Amino acid sequence: MEKPKENLFPKNWNLETLEDGRMVLNMGPSHPSMHGIVRLLLTVRGERVIDSDVEIGYLHRGFEKTCENITYNQCVPYTDRLNYVSPFINNVGYALAVEKLMGIESPARCQYIRVIMSELSRLTDHLTCIGANAMELGGFTVYFYLINAREALYRLTDSAAGGRVTPAYTRVGGLTRDLPPDFKLNAAEVLRTVRKNVADADKLLTRNRIFYDRLRGTGQISKEDAIALSFTGPALRSTGVPLDVRKATPYLVYDHFDFDIPVGSNGDNYDRYLVRMEEIKQSMLIVEQALAQLPEGPINHPDFNVSLPPKEEVYGNIEALMAHFKLTFEGVKPPKGEVYQAVEGGNGEVGFYIVSDGTGKPWRLRVRPPCFVLTAGLSKMIRGGYIADIVSTFGQVNMIGGELER
Amino acid sequence: MTTAANSYLLETLKDKFPAEVLATHAFRGDETAVIQKDSLAAVAAFLKGDLGFDFLMDLTAVDHSPREPRFELVCHFYSSKHNYRLRLKCALDSENPAAASLTPLWAGANWFEREAYDMFGIKFEGHPDLRRILMYDGFEGHPLRKDYPLKKRQPRIPHRD
Repeated sequence: MEKPKENLFPKNWNLETLEDGRMVLNMGPSHPSMHGIVRLLLTVRGERVIDSDVEIGYLHRGFEKTCENITYNQCVPYTDRLNYVSPFINNVGYALAVEKLMGIESPARCQYIRVIMSELSRLTDHLTCIGANAMELGGFTVYFYLINAREALYRLTDSAAGGRVTPAYTRVGGLTRDLPPDFKLNAAEVLRTVRKNVADADKLLTRNRIFYDRLRGTGQISKEDAIALSFTGPALRSTGVPLDVRKATPYLVYDHFDFDIPVGSNGDNYDRYLVRMEEIKQSMLIVEQALAQLPEGPINHPDFNVSLPPKEEVYGNIEALMAHFKLTFEGVKPPKGEVYQAVEGGNGEVGFYIVSDGTGKPWRLRVRPPCFVLTAGLSKMIRGGYIADIVSTFGQVNMIGGELER
Repeated sequence: MTTAANSYLLETLKDKFPAEVLATHAFRGDETAVIQKDSLAAVAAFLKGDLGFDFLMDLTAVDHSPREPRFELVCHFYSSKHNYRLRLKCALDSENPAAASLTPLWAGANWFEREAYDMFGIKFEGHPDLRRILMYDGFEGHPLRKDYPLKKRQPRIPHRD
């Protein structure tokens, strides 16, 4: 492998040929396969990528700075917009972090609903990733099959949370609302749709010669490199490391369910695809188990210093009225301290690190976005491959601009 | 989060670096070691090499202004072998915050450190390519510092050819 030279990336980034036959090529930031906005500055010789520089920052919105200036519960809608393909996982991760900071636990029913929603989100995340990946490689039909399944899932989560991609479903200590009465019935119907669509996609892709050739052996990364680059999620598991936060350090009620963590062996795009396909099936199993075990009961923490009191109480007695006022204007007040809470997102470990100074606003809120490290490792994964393989590798990295740049 | 059975790892660290580890705590079960800034590279190398912390899960900074020293570097390590998480913190100078880069140990530290530099202005000695990552060249200030106004406007930068 060649060492990058000083003049590898000249200030003038127009297409230009360097003295020894290498060429600097600009891919993105606005490119059909660079979904989200990211710029790759490639140094190529012929069709081969010799080196690359990944430039991000086109979607930075100051999430962390914003959250330092609003109350804990006001941060929840902003977390939707981190990974907007699996918003519930962000909602849940954030709520868990604040609850850990406060040393409280949400009621059992709430925990089950959070698991159900997280897994439905994981489904939408993987379906989008595989669908978009297939579309970019020419399998447009698969895209429609999988987006059809995703849309069914969106309608289902919409019926519970009241928002299609921005549900803002969790609150500190609970949820905004309970599941609708027909949720179980609808969920069974939706999962049938997903199974059918995924089976169709599976038949079209998994043994498809073209798809296989485009994914097999491309974007390969070794186990050691993946660990050194802090990879998590399907990208790490494709190399054979069975690390999943749901199993390693179970949160919520994940230890109540029977599910497997699929792993690959080659660390290439095809293995990442297979891992995602299997995780779709496992997530559906978790949802079914959780729905079967779903207990009755309250969904919000009983303490009025954590969750808003019911409206009858607010209008009926002074304590509840005061709690309502204080919670709305000052927010929940965790003690001084700091916590790190990790949950398993669609792309890997989503971590929330919160530093509290004892007031109603976080002193510092840091998100560890899983695709940040994956995008950092993109250079390594595409080095030595063809330009065309960037499309499949980038698709399997599943970069989500909202969480990458916050 | 943490398996209590593996707390001996933190004890081992304290025994190995009695002077460098300034304090430890486990608020809500998150085991934390506060270390001296200059020993960061040595402690991190020990964590990776001897204690089996193979993942650098996160690296970030906190601005504690007006408290002195103002900045704090926060690293979250994870050991897949022991299934154990450890947080390492060190205080940095207020005037010229700088720390040793962890890129020789973990390639993944590269972008984390670039972000900490971009957002807080912390310099990482030995980093191969320390430049802004989320903000652009020509951006003034470091947005996550507490003295950066929420609605500060930036000067226009000339169009790039």
